[in-house]
Amino acid sequence: MTLKGWREIPIGGLIIDAGNSKEYETGSWRIKRPVVDMDRCSHCLICWVYCPDSAILVEDTRFAGIDLVYCKGCGICASECPRKAITMVDEAQARKGDHDDHQD
Amino acid sequence: MTTRTEYVKGTPVALDGDRAVAEAMRQVNPDVVAAYPITPQTEIVQRFSEFVANGEVDTEFIAVESEHAAMSACIGASAAGGRAQTATAGAGLALMWEVTWVAAGTRLPIVMHVVNRSLSAPLNILCDHSDSMGVRDAGWIQLYAETIQEAYDDAIQAVRIAEHPDVMLPTMHTLDGFVLGHSLERIEVLPDEVVRGFIGTYNPRYSLLDVDHPVTFGPNDYHDYFFEHRRQQIEGMERALDVIPQIGEEFGALTGRRYGLVEGYQLDDADFAIVALGSINGTVKVVVDELRRQDRKVGLLKVRSFRPFPADKVAQALGGKRAIAVLDRSFSFGAQAHPLFLEVLTALYTHGFTPGMANYVFGLGGRDTLPWQIRQVYDDLAELEGVVSAPVRYLTVRE
Repeated sequence: MTLKGWREIPIGGLIIDAGNSKEYETGSWRIKRPVVDMDRCSHCLICWVYCPDSAILVEDTRFAGIDLVYCKGCGICASECPRKAITMVDEAQARKGDHDDHQD
Repeated sequence: MTTRTEYVKGTPVALDGDRAVAEAMRQVNPDVVAAYPITPQTEIVQRFSEFVANGEVDTEFIAVESEHAAMSACIGASAAGGRAQTATAGAGLALMWEVTWVAAGTRLPIVMHVVNRSLSAPLNILCDHSDSMGVRDAGWIQLYAETIQEAYDDAIQAVRIAEHPDVMLPTMHTLDGFVLGHSLERIEVLPDEVVRGFIGTYNPRYSLLDVDHPVTFGPNDYHDYFFEHRRQQIEGMERALDVIPQIGEEFGALTGRRYGLVEGYQLDDADFAIVALGSINGTVKVVVDELRRQDRKVGLLKVRSFRPFPADKVAQALGGKRAIAVLDRSFSFGAQAHPLFLEVLTALYTHGFTPGMANYVFGLGGRDTLPWQIRQVYDDLAELEGVVSAPVRYLTVRE
């Protein structure tokens, strides 16, 4: 993202557009990544209920993945999952394998 | 054929400084006033709450539990698009300190009436400028009054200055506690409709109550944009250097009382000058008149706007003087010299002037400063050519 100069931004730190939190890609904060074992997932969507960042993707009422652009890696989903289908793994390690085994 | 300029006729009344400010507030009729009483400002709040109780204003008056709450309530009211005002002094202003930065950083044109009082301890309710100097870096415009008339006029102009689209900064104007706050002076109070016409209507560009254009006030702002927002505040201050005298001229065209950033008194041909803020300027003028009758070339530069500090105007007014004394009614412990002196010295040096200079601290905790003591300062100046005097001198302090 190109940062703007002081003449180009609203005064006082005001944010004058609604719904702009999507522009803030909080996934960069993550040091632990949730990895889902789809064999254990029952699509109960308890993770979706608890996720504070709306980062659980759902399609046709079924779990469809984790939006890593916004997932901060808090681990609440892993903690709440009744089937223990979500494991938090080291983000740096996970990045090494990003292109072969994970939704990103 | 010449036409005489007709000024608006004010009503001459005897008012003390606090009542004069309360009167200006009544005429401005702010949307919200949130304030907590503290000596020597109490009478402003007391009087204004009477106006509220009597239905003479439409203001929502919030009797808060502290000055921190007073400023916080003003911030909320101003962010909601209202005209918000408060008044305080001394320890009250100190308690507000944190939120004065929030008001300025959020660019809310709040107006604050400050009746200068020293800071404890030892406990003291009398005048010095430690309170307003304590918030001099917070991003507020600061105007200092010499007389009660000026305090009344500043209270009205402050609204226009703060809300000017080029400025959008909270504005405090000060009057010396007791010396002006509780002394009677004959002043001219403008007709209500003239004040209302002068200040006009505030149309905020952004407002929390404008539900069709939702706005977030006060979000997190870190390394990526915080500095840019500070730079904008600096710009607002710099533009205020143009706006303050523009509004002062407009006020003068209406009332005959013109205001700028500084006021020179017998300064043009003076060799020796005093620079000061606040009510002491009146005493200095008396001494200048006396010494002029003895053919001594002495003058005065009264600084009205301390923030923004009008460095160009100060250098222009003082450049070429042989020696200058700067009077500070506040103190920065451990500093080489005190707030006004350091500003004046910097202004002169950066404009290429190196006159003799001395810094006098006076009047701390309400100590009277009398004409003979000011005469002594002018006498000292004659020996100061070409020297920047150190250490700082303390007027009237006993050894």
